[in-house]
Amino acid sequence: MTTLSHDSQLGQMSDNTVDRPGERAPLVLNMNTFGQVTATVCRVNEAEKAPTAWYIAFAGALGLLSVLGACIGYLIVTGVGVWGLNNPVMWAYDITNFVFWVGIGHAGTLISAILFLFRQKWRTGINRFAEAMTIFAVICAGTFPGIHVGRVWFAYWLFPIPNQMEMWPQFRSPLLWDVFAVSTYFTVSLLFWYTGMVPDLATLRDRAKGKLQQVGYGIFALGWRGSNRHWHRYERAYLILAALSTPLVLSVHSVVSFDFATSQLPGWHTTIFPPYFVAGAIFSGFAMVVTLAVPARELFGLKDLITLRHLDNMNKVILVTGCMVGYAYSMEFFIAWYSGAMYEKFAFINRAFGQYWWAYWIMVSCNVITPQLFWFKKIRTSIPIMFVLSLFVNVGMWFERFVIIVTSLANDFLPTSWDMFTPTWVDIGTMVGAFGLFFTLFLLFCRYLPMIAMAEVKTVMPQADPHGAGAGKHGHHGHEKGHH
Amino acid sequence: MSRFLFPRWSNLVLPTIILAALTIPVYAVFFVAYGFSPKTLEVGYQPKQPVPFSHALHAGELGMDCRYCHTSVEKAAHASVPPTQTCMNCHTQIRPQSPKLADVRESYETGLPVEWTRIHKLPDFAYFDHSAHVNRGIGCVSCHGRIDKMEVVYQKSALSMGWCLECHRNPDPNLRPVSEITNLAYDGATELTQTERDALKKKYHISPSEDCSTCHR
Repeated sequence: MTTLSHDSQLGQMSDNTVDRPGERAPLVLNMNTFGQVTATVCRVNEAEKAPTAWYIAFAGALGLLSVLGACIGYLIVTGVGVWGLNNPVMWAYDITNFVFWVGIGHAGTLISAILFLFRQKWRTGINRFAEAMTIFAVICAGTFPGIHVGRVWFAYWLFPIPNQMEMWPQFRSPLLWDVFAVSTYFTVSLLFWYTGMVPDLATLRDRAKGKLQQVGYGIFALGWRGSNRHWHRYERAYLILAALSTPLVLSVHSVVSFDFATSQLPGWHTTIFPPYFVAGAIFSGFAMVVTLAVPARELFGLKDLITLRHLDNMNKVILVTGCMVGYAYSMEFFIAWYSGAMYEKFAFINRAFGQYWWAYWIMVSCNVITPQLFWFKKIRTSIPIMFVLSLFVNVGMWFERFVIIVTSLANDFLPTSWDMFTPTWVDIGTMVGAFGLFFTLFLLFCRYLPMIAMAEVKTVMPQADPHGAGAGKHGHHGHEKGHH
Repeated sequence: MSRFLFPRWSNLVLPTIILAALTIPVYAVFFVAYGFSPKTLEVGYQPKQPVPFSHALHAGELGMDCRYCHTSVEKAAHASVPPTQTCMNCHTQIRPQSPKLADVRESYETGLPVEWTRIHKLPDFAYFDHSAHVNRGIGCVSCHGRIDKMEVVYQKSALSMGWCLECHRNPDPNLRPVSEITNLAYDGATELTQTERDALKKKYHISPSEDCSTCHR
């Protein structure tokens, strides 16, 4: 068992952000056995009481959730006039929030699907709760189109349902494509999340002491017994779902961007929108994962599973997508000038120096300047700094959608129809309340479901590899296949 | 080991779910499509009227033109219900003592109208103009059916939005020359050739709108 003891040395290496030639940096620290992984993850769900911070956070989240409920209730009984919308600014906080939350969701799918297909092993530590974040973010996003239609009881008209009025949604409108894109995205993400969780739910079931937990986890574990056949089918299903989700990472936010890009409003009518929106979505999504991961790993003692290397990698993704977003911002200005279209030019100059200049510059400083700090490894691996920076990115990405939507609408072709949007307290309450919905769901998830994909994390530990464990020591890692 | 695995009877759950997933939506669709349809709920509405007036007798046997009573149909949105005076144009002379006409005579003397029960109701948010239709070759029969064969009038058509749109999308089968508007026995679908129909469409400038604002103003 010399190989194992070597691995345990590897596992105890405290800084796993360093890359050493010929060695894989460990993704699980201070653990030698699979049992330790299981115990660490399950401890969160099995504890009699959650950490005090959880109760405080949950109370706060429920408070915000009730603000959301109150604001939506007031909206429904009174009408959309309670928002600050006017003519020409017919979309403002509602659609800003919608795009913001859909964007947040993208990191989950990227981590779970694309990184899976590319065999990026570090995804295993964070994919479970990134996917959970995706689902909760899409729930928040879905709320907004539902309530912004005015007569909420007709929200089902969003869907093409045969009816005696022979009335159909406009199939040529991206707003309808959006309905399909987002609902497909939600369904596939939910299936993916749940499928991946089945073995872990079975673990919780097997360890549960109480009858309620046994039956509860038992039902959702679908009778999983860990047989060879179960694993075989599970792996197949997971791979298929990963393949199905992969195009969704690109398609959903592309379709969301069509809501704007296919219109003829200067500031919206831009071909760069689909890739620019997708990059922005992944950018904001990863920032949100960092925002959630940093406190979660502290609070629930998961630092050995969500290691600094995981965070470092995510910060690199934020840096890359942040550069793309910055490129898109500058390209918009270039095209506004290069096109020679005076309305286009005006829209962008107005965006930066018009009445909403402050929103524009908040966006630029948060989304373009902030991520550039991640070029420095010291900053990428500093917990407090990355947490603050991720918050900046979240703020910046919210403002990006606000800037795109509101500044373009407020000043269109005709100066006579220009107007200024000012949010009402209901606008602000709904926006803040959505965070309550998100965090309520997320905190419940942390408490009652396995936050880390135990079964998957175990596969990336050196102990899972019966052949390669000793290879690193002798520097033969690359020739591993030659031995067989 | 204390782990919870499904008991044997739970093997039935999956087929039950599959069966329910297949049948319940089908049932729901049929239930809503037929149960909630105006074709079920509205068509055939035949309230009892205060006076046993027979359209079959007046419009059918006697061959009176619809417009003798419903005078405003060519000029206004509403095809007016006639005042009692219109009835009495004839009934002061014809069967003046008939017991069936007692209420009509009372109305004539007191000046209080006969309270007919309205059959064809459109919601307030739907704008409909009779004159726009009858002056452009859509006959009474297209919507109201063979009134000249109804002893007591009932609702023939669904009057749903989909029903309106069917004709707005394809008015051809309902077209006729304006001279045949009140001829309930005339059937444009068989008596006109397509060339004649096209000529009518051109003549009456028929290009029915399907915009929301056409009816919801």
